Amino acid sequence: MNKIINFLQISGLTWFVPFVRMAAGENPKTQAKDLWMIMGIPIVAFIIFLMLWAQLSSKVVTSLGTVPGPSDVYKQSTLLWQDHKDQRAKEDAFYERQEKRNAKYAEQGRDEKIKWREFTGSPTYIDQIFTSIKTVFMGFIIATLIAVPLGIFCGLSPTVNAAFNPIIQIFKPVSPLAWLPIVTMVVSATYATSDDAWFSKSFLNSAITVTLCSLWPTLINTAVGVASIDKDLMNVGKVLQLNWYTKVTKLVLPSSLPLIFTGLRLSLGVGWMVLIAAEMLAQNPGLGKFVWDEFQNGSSQSLSKIMVAVLTIGFIGFLLDRIMYTLQNLFTFSDKR
Amino acid sequence: MTTLNLPSYLDQTDQVKKRFDALKKRDVILDVKKISKKFDSPQGEVEAIKEISFQTHKREFVCVIGPSGCGKSTLIRMLAGLETPSGGEVLLDGKPVSGPGPDRGMVFQGYTLFPWLTVKRNVMFGLEMSGRSKKNAESEARDWIDLVGLSKFENAYPHQLSGGMKQRVAIARALANRPRILLMDEPFGALDAQTRTKMQSNLLDIWKNIDITILFITHDLDEAIFLADRILVLKAHPGEVNEVIEVPVPHPRSPEQMITPEFLATKKRLEELIHEPEEDVPMNLTLMTDKSDSVD
Repeated sequence: MNKIINFLQISGLTWFVPFVRMAAGENPKTQAKDLWMIMGIPIVAFIIFLMLWAQLSSKVVTSLGTVPGPSDVYKQSTLLWQDHKDQRAKEDAFYERQEKRNAKYAEQGRDEKIKWREFTGSPTYIDQIFTSIKTVFMGFIIATLIAVPLGIFCGLSPTVNAAFNPIIQIFKPVSPLAWLPIVTMVVSATYATSDDAWFSKSFLNSAITVTLCSLWPTLINTAVGVASIDKDLMNVGKVLQLNWYTKVTKLVLPSSLPLIFTGLRLSLGVGWMVLIAAEMLAQNPGLGKFVWDEFQNGSSQSLSKIMVAVLTIGFIGFLLDRIMYTLQNLFTFSDKR
Repeated sequence: MTTLNLPSYLDQTDQVKKRFDALKKRDVILDVKKISKKFDSPQGEVEAIKEISFQTHKREFVCVIGPSGCGKSTLIRMLAGLETPSGGEVLLDGKPVSGPGPDRGMVFQGYTLFPWLTVKRNVMFGLEMSGRSKKNAESEARDWIDLVGLSKFENAYPHQLSGGMKQRVAIARALANRPRILLMDEPFGALDAQTRTKMQSNLLDIWKNIDITILFITHDLDEAIFLADRILVLKAHPGEVNEVIEVPVPHPRSPEQMITPEFLATKKRLEELIHEPEEDVPMNLTLMTDKSDSVD
């Protein structure tokens, strides 16, 4: 049982701990109290929030009708899901037809008639979610690959740190919207796309914008983590006459890992926030574009669709943070384990 | 006030004398020749350590003690090679040392264990870094962990251990690299009194069982007398050798010896050397000075 609880705590799913304890036959009274604190109160608060939302939203009237309440949003989300399923069904049917047709041509020996086409349906809401997630991870990984090594250099050498500090301070507060035009121009100038290119331009534009904005938390936290390693711990390495590479991999990295992960968590959060704005402008087929298109569309359903997107964005952001938190607990030492 | 009638700390029994004669005939491991250290400060150059010379013989236990600001830590860090002396030189087995090296094991006050490694992996660290195979390093690490009495905890992480246990791991880790001399910088300074006494006996046991020379820095007089063959007493501003005391307390040592006349005589001498007379501060308080019920 302790193993299960340990896992739940590592992954931050502490809500379920009282259930496990209760199932294992621990005092139900104290567990019920815990449960009330961990689950009961948040649920009650959420219900109150939904009620307030339902009440107040109907009072705000816009040119596209009233602001959607919870029920509109729920209805819209089922519609979007239905749309996704319909599109998938269409796609499957398309490929099935194509395969049959081509098989028939092949049988008749008319090979010149065989054509393989891609399905050209518009991306569904679910597709857009996955594009967004792919984009943010792409940008985040590039940012990590730059920020962690650079942070280690900054942390190890006061000279390097002094050199980079002003640059970091200046670029850290820059909004993604300011970067995007430059990134767009640079990408279109240097990245020649053809139809079978790995990434589309709009994807790269948003990913690189994410990189530029999510670089800083990791960079700063890594530098601080490395610089604040116990001096005597470094001396242990000196006494053993470790070379530079061994020192970094065996001593510096593991001891600064907790702070590096803190930085990574912040970076992913920033990246996800920035992504939506970047996608809106870069027209990368993700959640940001979805919101923008619905805004331009201006139908009576647009506001509730956007509201679905808002909640999705929030929920995925939360999920990403949980994933990072779990990874952090798995890969770093802590006093709790 | 009555004073105890203590013998002179210079009086040695035949047994103790014999031991020192034998000790002095052993090879010199560490030979410190007139090392000094100067720092730049806003008030100009400060001489932290001025021409300190001493020798430690094979398997000798030397304690360094002195008032705060006498540069004890600077001295040991120079011996470890973590700081470079401004003058003089340090010979280890007759060869001059420059920079840190595994031949001088170091134990710090702050444990400095790797928190992400188990006890066993901590002790194995230096062995693996010196290119030993994992299996080989593991079996040797086990022996060292055995020696410090932590076999049951070889798979524990440092945060699961008490302070004393952590320091034992640190000692095992330093010894695993087979140093010629073990440099210990106030290693028990952060431990509570009971643990500290236990650790002292523990350290003496380890020291007796293996071929190791120990240089031990402390500010605790009892600790210095209890552990050391000889005590190097420093004075401050600048840090210089005040006196080298041959401890007249016979071996094997046990905590009961702390109230023997020779122990107390040595302690009295150390106190004279270290605690300079303080100036009387005139008290001019108007509050809480009613001492009419004095029984003095």
